[in-house]
Amino acid sequence: MLAVFKREIKAYFYSPVAYVLIGLFMLVSSIIFVYNLRYQIGDFNNNLESVKITFIFIIPILTMRLLAEDRKNGTEVLLVTSPSSLSGIVVGKYLAALFVFLVMTALTFIYPAVLAIFGAPITAKLIGAYVGFILLGAALVSIGIFASSLTENQIIAAVVSFISILVMLFVDSVGSIIGGNVAKVITWISLFSRQQDFTNGILNLSPIVYFLSFTVVFIFLTIRVVEKRRWSQG
Amino acid sequence: MIEIQNLTKSYGQIKAVNDISFTVEKGEILGFLGPNGAGKSTTMNIITGFIPSTEGTVKVCGYDIMENPKEVKRRIGYLPEQPPLYVDMTVQEYLDFASELKMVDKKQKKSQMADILELVKLGDVRNRLIKNLSKGYKQRVGLAQALLGNPDVLILDEPTVGLDPKQIIEIRKLIKALGKQHTIILSSHILPEVSAVCERVVIINKGQIAAIDTPENLSKGFGSDRRLAVTVAGPKSSVTGAIKEISGVRYIEPNIEKEKDVVSYIIEAEKDIDVRRPLFFAMAKLGYPILELKSLNLSLEDIFLQLTTTEEKEVGR
Repeated sequence: MLAVFKREIKAYFYSPVAYVLIGLFMLVSSIIFVYNLRYQIGDFNNNLESVKITFIFIIPILTMRLLAEDRKNGTEVLLVTSPSSLSGIVVGKYLAALFVFLVMTALTFIYPAVLAIFGAPITAKLIGAYVGFILLGAALVSIGIFASSLTENQIIAAVVSFISILVMLFVDSVGSIIGGNVAKVITWISLFSRQQDFTNGILNLSPIVYFLSFTVVFIFLTIRVVEKRRWSQG
Repeated sequence: MIEIQNLTKSYGQIKAVNDISFTVEKGEILGFLGPNGAGKSTTMNIITGFIPSTEGTVKVCGYDIMENPKEVKRRIGYLPEQPPLYVDMTVQEYLDFASELKMVDKKQKKSQMADILELVKLGDVRNRLIKNLSKGYKQRVGLAQALLGNPDVLILDEPTVGLDPKQIIEIRKLIKALGKQHTIILSSHILPEVSAVCERVVIINKGQIAAIDTPENLSKGFGSDRRLAVTVAGPKSSVTGAIKEISGVRYIEPNIEKEKDVVSYIIEAEKDIDVRRPLFFAMAKLGYPILELKSLNLSLEDIFLQLTTTEEKEVGR
């Protein structure tokens, strides 16, 4: 697991991938930050809520190569025929993508710091917002690696996770249009509506458990897909 | 060392590998021979645990690949047809990664790495990116990867494909040297390679074993007739007539007319009869000089073609 993790980190940072993604992320989140400054709101939590929009394109690009590339280049053989366990390999890859995501998250600390200088003190409320931010990111990265396991084409993997994340984002609005019990179910499933407590600075157990189990399920599914394909592939 | 029993792999209706059984002894170099699509790579992928078999068992050092994959994988070094390289890494980084992946003991790693780099002659390029290396070097990096962890068994899928003649000779030498300490299964469709390197040959066609034997025995078993190629300067009809009269000649056929009245013939003699001397005197008597005379041993190539084409006829029927 550690070997794969280290290799994937290298692959991100030796190639332009990580830098381009981080740069893009910082550009968009800075624009959002400056835009919010115009309204002179000291509360950063709602700002962070808007930054989550960037996940729609950042996470698919971040995760698309994880398993698809190995399959395409034939390096999957090396991984699978090594004595390391398949789950360790998949988890290693997942953690590498998560690591890059956490680097991005850490870079956004600069915004509340700027706000603090100009008189909006950093409060415990912010912690809740960041916990939610990271949990959502972790869950979406697991969707990304799952999409990457389905195909050997990176573009298709990116499109699949892009659409999945997009659907999850808009599922709330669809629910509220339909109304009634359907809306209740959709709101319960929706990743984004589960974020509300975090944005308000509340650390509730149930959304935390929800996000963690969502992530675990998708990593598990990824392992199963890789395993299953070996049983059926030509 | 390696026991393969009734191995079958089906893809729907198609049987890529059909009921293959053979064993490989410790320290043996086994050649795995067959035309493209015969099921060589599939068999190797099953032995290494990359894909599961439909039926049958594979045991390496007593461990079953399905029941105890970790123990088997620890004992196998695999070089697939396309070396599994991360081209964005340097040779050293890649080998470090592979040895971690193979859980090579940290204390042994350093000395082992030095030995392997020395053996496959990669020392000069260790800090270069793999994507900038030539095909021959890439193949060697793949081989180095297979050697990491000092596995008992090496499985090499067409190790010399795409190399230039000099590199082919080097890799063959290397494989022969490795055969002293490792059990090796080597696949190829290049026949001289197999007869040069391997102690035993499995010929596989359409997923089934067509023959298992040493290269020498295979040549003997099939090449029971003595065949000669002879080039004589003299009119075709009278030369043919004279040769036919020599006792022991079973068959003669003009092969190529090199110049006017200089023709090469293929002669088949009956078993255990040497017709070279009577042939010489017969030609001398007629005054037709023999320009060239050589005996044709049935090469592995001929046997291979014989085996694989007769199969085809049967299938076509």
